[in-house]
Amino acid sequence: MIEIVLALAIGVLAAAGSWLLLRPRTFQVIMGLCLLSYAVNIFIFSMGRLRVGAPPVTRSGLEDPSLYADPTPQALVLTAIVISFALTALFLVVMLAARGITGSDHVDGREPGS
Amino acid sequence: MSGINDHLVIAPVILPMAVAAMMLLIDERRRTLKAALGITTLAAVLAIALLGLGDSAAAALREGEAARIYRLGDWAAPYGIVLVADRLSMLMVALNSLLALCALVFSLARWDRAGPRFHALFLFLVMGVNGALLTGDLFNLFVFFEIMLAASYGLVLHGSGEARIRAGLSYIAVNLTASFLFLVGVALIYGVTGTLNMADLVRVLPGLAGDDRSLFHIGIAILGLAFLIKSAMWPVGLWLVPTYSAASAPAAAVFAILSKVGVYGVMRLSLLLTVPGAGAPAGLGQGLLVLGGLATIAFGAAGLIASRSLSRAAGFSVVVSSGTVLAVIGSGDAKALGGALFYMVGSTLACGALFLVAEVLERGRDPGSGADTAVFDDEYRDPFDDDERNEPGLVIPAAVAGLGAAVLVCTLMIAGLPPLSGFVGKLAILDGLIDLGGVNGWAIVAALSLSSLGAVIGLTRLAVSAIWTRDTSAPPLVVGAAEATGIGGLLATCILLAVLGGSGLTFADSTAGWLINPGNYAAAVLGDPGP
Repeated sequence: MIEIVLALAIGVLAAAGSWLLLRPRTFQVIMGLCLLSYAVNIFIFSMGRLRVGAPPVTRSGLEDPSLYADPTPQALVLTAIVISFALTALFLVVMLAARGITGSDHVDGREPGS
Repeated sequence: MSGINDHLVIAPVILPMAVAAMMLLIDERRRTLKAALGITTLAAVLAIALLGLGDSAAAALREGEAARIYRLGDWAAPYGIVLVADRLSMLMVALNSLLALCALVFSLARWDRAGPRFHALFLFLVMGVNGALLTGDLFNLFVFFEIMLAASYGLVLHGSGEARIRAGLSYIAVNLTASFLFLVGVALIYGVTGTLNMADLVRVLPGLAGDDRSLFHIGIAILGLAFLIKSAMWPVGLWLVPTYSAASAPAAAVFAILSKVGVYGVMRLSLLLTVPGAGAPAGLGQGLLVLGGLATIAFGAAGLIASRSLSRAAGFSVVVSSGTVLAVIGSGDAKALGGALFYMVGSTLACGALFLVAEVLERGRDPGSGADTAVFDDEYRDPFDDDERNEPGLVIPAAVAGLGAAVLVCTLMIAGLPPLSGFVGKLAILDGLIDLGGVNGWAIVAALSLSSLGAVIGLTRLAVSAIWTRDTSAPPLVVGAAEATGIGGLLATCILLAVLGGSGLTFADSTAGWLINPGNYAAAVLGDPGP
């Protein structure tokens, strides 16, 4: 049951993000990139497999790795979140500079037909 | 107790990072200090890279270790991250360091003061590229790719102005999307195989079956697509030329190696993950690489003929050289791959030099410079005040003759004509492909020949109009001392490659022969007991 919900969530976020990425206004592009990053991050996290009752912290005396949640995808997600958040901030600044310097928020830098 | 010698593998990554971080603490107005730090660091990295290159060449001749493994935190191979300094990595690290040093020297004339924090960004870019080339772990590769890309976003905007910001916007959007694809691919590979170490993937691959195998192929395909976007393969590489031609000259010159990092990623994956018993070509996705490479070469050659400015022609030259190496990787032939490695070195240096020369020739008319409309006034100093427009520091006389020779050398290298090393590399590729035969081999031979023709037509026409039939109303050509040194360094290396063509080609051939068999890499990384 939870697998369907997760798969649908990743799919909807990725689809919405891809659609927005192809839109003509820079604000829509950046929203699309954010949604894509949510989809990708949830996807990476789900690569650690969905399990019930697998704690992240080992208990002394019970050091069997198969009892616990896989820490590597969690580390990968943290790194990915940090990197994409920093680059989203950079993209926002460039977007503002483009709006200021070209006077238009169209991705081509000028309104269509002009 | 390991000596300092063992840590030289990580020096090309650590040294630029430490110096760049320290540079940020120094006030922005102390430009000469920052320039001195940058030059010294890059010279040191170049020296270390050349030492490592000579060392690995000698070690391979002795039939000893062909790769130096550096375990981060001293964790053994599949569990920890390893840096693998094999011959391909050291060759590309040396190439990167040389290109970056010459571009930095060029920038000392005017460009390094066109915006803030140029030297720090430059060193971070060099660090990212070196790390991506040296690492043996897929996610570590992602992190270094991001460092390299983040620094490149800063450098593409360097100098400000409308054209640069517009080009930068699409550059950043395309590369962010490529990064997401990278992440999806790496996550899939990890989810299926349980490992991120490239050598360990070689070991795990034969054991995958059924659904796992299909998922692995999907992961590799998505990861490969991210690399192909970066190396500007035809349908996904349309962002490269507008971005590189809008960027400032020293930034564009050092960007010439960014596409080669993408090609390096494709090379590693395709050669390591060969499908056993499938005949030739046996690497994953090699048929598609040939098609994509051919399309890229065709696109680049057409663009070379069609371009109306030398900086756009330089961008298309980068595309052509990427396409050439991609097509040769796809063909799977070891001899052609050796030629392609040698060709890649020469063509990257020539493309970098062409960006620098294009800036000098088009000075006073270049479209990306509108810094009088800079958005943030307090930090940027307009580098193009009218009274300084043609005074790039100490001026070299007889500039016209020198620039003509420089453009000629670049054309010969990019087109692959004798007597320079572009010809040696291209001839080696053609030799290997003709022996290979088949549809693939002959198609790539035809594409390479036609791309040489396109390069000759496009570049000589632009050179003639820029130098020999130059408009008398255009500003007179002046070249600063720093600019001449930067361009001269790159071109001298191109000529040196031609002189040392024999030993260079032998090195490239033995590297390709080692790479073609993935067991070598896996044995070197996983079998290494360490000191």
